[in-house]
Parts: sequence; structure tokens; C-alpha cells
Amino acid sequence: MSAILVWIETVDGAARTTSWEALGAAKTLAVGLGQPVVAVVMGKNAAAVGAQAVAHGASKALVCEDATLEPFRLEPYAALLTTLVKEHAPSAVVAVATSAGRELLAACAADTDSAMLSDAIELSAVDGKVNAVRPVYAGKILSETAAVEGAAFVTVRGRAFQPATDIGATGEVVSVAPVLTEGAVTVKIDSFEAEVGSVNLGDAAIIVSGGRGIANNPKDAPGGTDKADVWKAQDGFETLLKPLAEVLGGAVGASRAAVDAGYISYAHQVGQTGKTVAPALYIAAAISGAIQHQAGMRNSKVIVAINKDGDAPIFKLARYGIVGDIYKIIPAITAELKKRLGK
Amino acid sequence: MRIVTFTRSTPDTAAKVEVGANGAVTWGGTATVVNPWDEYSLEEAILQAAKAGGKSAVIALGAAIHDDALKHAMAMGLDEAYRIEDAGLEATDSLSYATAAAAAVNKLGDAKLVIFGKESVDVGTDSHVTQTARKLGWAMVSYVSKILSIDYASGVVKVEQLVEGGKQVVTAQLPVVMSVLKGINEPRYPTFMGIRKAAKAVIPVWSLADLGLGALAKKTQVLRFRNLPAKNVEVEMLTGEPEEVAAKLVDKLLAEKVL
Repeated sequence: MSAILVWIETVDGAARTTSWEALGAAKTLAVGLGQPVVAVVMGKNAAAVGAQAVAHGASKALVCEDATLEPFRLEPYAALLTTLVKEHAPSAVVAVATSAGRELLAACAADTDSAMLSDAIELSAVDGKVNAVRPVYAGKILSETAAVEGAAFVTVRGRAFQPATDIGATGEVVSVAPVLTEGAVTVKIDSFEAEVGSVNLGDAAIIVSGGRGIANNPKDAPGGTDKADVWKAQDGFETLLKPLAEVLGGAVGASRAAVDAGYISYAHQVGQTGKTVAPALYIAAAISGAIQHQAGMRNSKVIVAINKDGDAPIFKLARYGIVGDIYKIIPAITAELKKRLGK
Repeated sequence: MRIVTFTRSTPDTAAKVEVGANGAVTWGGTATVVNPWDEYSLEEAILQAAKAGGKSAVIALGAAIHDDALKHAMAMGLDEAYRIEDAGLEATDSLSYATAAAAAVNKLGDAKLVIFGKESVDVGTDSHVTQTARKLGWAMVSYVSKILSIDYASGVVKVEQLVEGGKQVVTAQLPVVMSVLKGINEPRYPTFMGIRKAAKAVIPVWSLADLGLGALAKKTQVLRFRNLPAKNVEVEMLTGEPEEVAAKLVDKLLAEKVL
């Protein structure tokens, strides 16, 4: 039990920004456990990202650049991380709870028969053991869970921990060999299609979400349109919410009602059966705020609610509330922001 | 051949879940429902079993409360249901869950495809899904939004999966564990006949010994549950014409330093 490993997730050769939060969380644990943090970076550009991790305060980086490791696939990543865990016998392994991070740490925890603590929002080290606070029951309550034996594999929820910053530290960057050859990898990626113009909801500092009321678009659907409400709502997401999200540098979210009605794709859904988010600013447009939606966004720092129904439950969570028609208020907010932010 | 899926009973999605004075989790006596993510995996198991000309089987791990979810699954049309019960089996420890789940799949013996819902809302995780795949030694394909093809003769599975920032098409080799997302299908409602059939069904209950397992070594322990900290926000209503409201809001947001 000599170190804390932290996986720095990369996307196309660059560190995912939330990975620095995982490093920040690992450094907090390092203080409690009295152990150094060792970064693990795999895939394209791993050596350069490893050097960045060291500059951000990791005492050392283990890096592997191999064609099998780009882009992320579970089998070669898990084989290598499991090997590193066996070699280094860490007391904890930390990563950010992205889809890849969840899969990778759960797999390695299973392969090494270790404790898995997922989606931590707080971490502490008590008597050399890792304790995590995790949201359960769709975020309606919290559980405090302890790793009782072996290494603690921990995924941390995005935006729950302070990111490590570049402190210009220096240290070793060590190359390690891949474990699986391409022939031993059974899962192949045939093609990737990026979601056009969308910022990842989990990473977004600002989210503008729309609910069912977005279908109250004053524009008329073109003649012959099969479902006028769907056209109106889709047009609303495109011409009302997207411009606001763009001026704020944020992402577009949606309520379950809007997704179920076919107004926008599921990838945008925030709430119990969608994404859980915690941005600095969450603007809820025409979202009533059902308990299932609240579960996904209640930890946002500042919530702004705009709804024509002044009794909507969303106002109980909001810091600022505006009662009115989103089609009148949002264009005014977008215009004001453009003016004030000089865009 | 069986297509295997897992489910559990969880509080109704609209229920207010709280931690009582004795530390126990309560949801005000409202009924449980099938874990919301499992509606899609149950439906997909029915569809894939029909396509493959096999049977669909659903398994729950835990106490008798999970029979409700199993009966719902049978009422939807799942062919078989099984429950695994052991005092030491706690879903909060994903490794214990995965170890028992993998042993149950192996006991059924003729499965090449296991389908999970994306996550379980009660335990708030999907760790057990990937871990079941690893304990089986099978390939894992997560967050599947569409099954494009499964060829049982060649063992080739082609699916579309959602990842951060987009979607990708991946090919895997059977046997496979997959987790499926909302939107992959339109879950059916139980029929009257289905409900009657499920009500009469006797669900076999297996012990860990039946699965060839000894006591499970738990790696994690829940110390306590607690309620969310109260949100002390006082909503400030902004009023006026749209332009005035917009100016006031931007002033406030700049002062909050969230822009």
C-alpha cells in the first residue's frame, strides 16, 4: 500500500478537463493516507499528458502510448490498469465518473477483488481506509460507504471536487508496456459520430434546459407538418435555447417530458432516468420541476427558473425566478448577455 | 438458449425517499416499482429471446420484496424468473452482487447474452453490471442505444452505444453482457392475462450454496444513510417587462460570478 493511482482520462490525446478533478480528489486522499499520487495515462499523447499530470501535482506518471489504447476500449485499458494495480498495490485508485471511468474502475475492482465506491461527491481517509459519500436512490438521499478491505476503487462525480491546477511541479514520466495485443481485444469500434454542436452535459459549467412548455412556440409549423407541437418544440430548442447556451458557452439540457414527447434526443435528458448534473448555473426554461427532474439538477450552484406557472415546484429550488413566457423572456436575456459579455 | 436479464424492486420514481430517525431508508409506504432503467432491459430480453427462438429469464438478487419486480417482468412476458436470497448478499456491495449474478448465469448454463438496465436507482450505480461481465469473463458493451444485429452462428454482435460527446458503432463477440438505455425500445405494459399468469407463478429461490458459492466477502460497508442537506435558497422573483427582467437577471448572475 504505497500510493494512490489516478487515471487521467484523455479524449483524442488531451486530458478531459474533469480528470483534473479526479487528481484533485486523489491529492486530498493522499494527505489523509500519507501517500504519493501516481497518474496513469493511456492512449495517444500519453507522455505529454503524463507530464501535465506531474505539473498538476502527481509525483509520477505511468504512461502507455499504444494503438490498442486509442480510443478508449474497456478490454485493453482494464488489462493494463489491473497489471499496474497488481504491481503497485495502491491503497486507492481514482478516476472521474464518466462512462469510461465507471466501466474501467468497476472492471479492475472486479479483476482484483477490491472495493468499488462509485460516484463519490465527498471523500475522506479514516484510519487508513477510504470513506465516500455517494448519492443513492436517484440522488434523493446520501450514503456514507467505507472500503473495508483491499484497494479502494473510487469514481468521483464531475464538478464535485476542486480540480488540481498546474503548479509547475516536476517528476518522473515512466513508459509502461501495453498488456493486450490487438488480436486479444474482442470489442472493435467501427465508427464514431460526434453529436453536432453539443457540449457534454457532465462537463458543462452552464446548462440551459427546456421542458414540455417549449412547444408553446408562437411560430406556425410549416403546412403539412405531421406533428405541429414537435416541430414547434424542436424549433424552440434550436432557435431559442441553443443561442442562449452558445452565448453562455454552455450545453443544452431537457426534461424527461420534452425527451419523451420527441422534442429532443435522449442524450440531453437531465433527471432520474437521464444525466445528473451540477453546473455553476442551471437555467430551467418551461420546466415545472418534478421530483425526478430535481434529482438530476438540484446540486447546481445557481438555478434560474422561467415558467409561466408561478406555482411550479421548480421555484422552490431556484435562486432566481421569472414568471412569464420563455419566448418573450429568453430572447431578451440572450440579447442582454451578448451586449454585456461583448459577444 | 436463454437471454438473461436482471431486475429489482425500487421505490416509485415519484416517492419521497428519506432517512428515518432510526437510520432506515423509507419511502412513505408507497409501492415499489421495477427499477426504472430495467423496463428497457426487460423489454429487450423479450424481443431478443423471440428473435433468437430462445427463452427469456429474469433474475433478482435479494429479499422477497424483489418478487414484485419479478412478477411485473413475468406479466410483461418474461418466460422464467428466479430469485437469489442470502442474508450476506447486499446489493450495496457491487462485487458481492456481481459474484452472485455471474454464478446465477452460469447455473442457468445456456446463456450467451445478458442484458442489464443502465443502472439501479436504489444503489445509485452501474458498477455491478461491468463487474458481472468481468466475473463471467465475458465482453462488456455498455450504454447500448440500439442493437443492430446479433448473429448467434458467428457470435458477432453489432450495437450502437452512446458515449460522451456522441455515439459509436461497436462489434463484439458473444458471450456479451450489455447495458441498455432508455429509448432502445418501447417497453410494453403487462397484459391482463400476463398479470394472472404471473400471480400464479412460483418463483424458485436459490441460495448461494445452490450457486456453488460460499459466503461472500464484502469489500464495502454502508456506514449510514443520511438526508440531503437542506437547500436554504430563498427564491428572488424578478419582475417587469422582458428587457427589464433580462437586465436584472444578468446583473445578478454577474454578481454571483457564475458567468
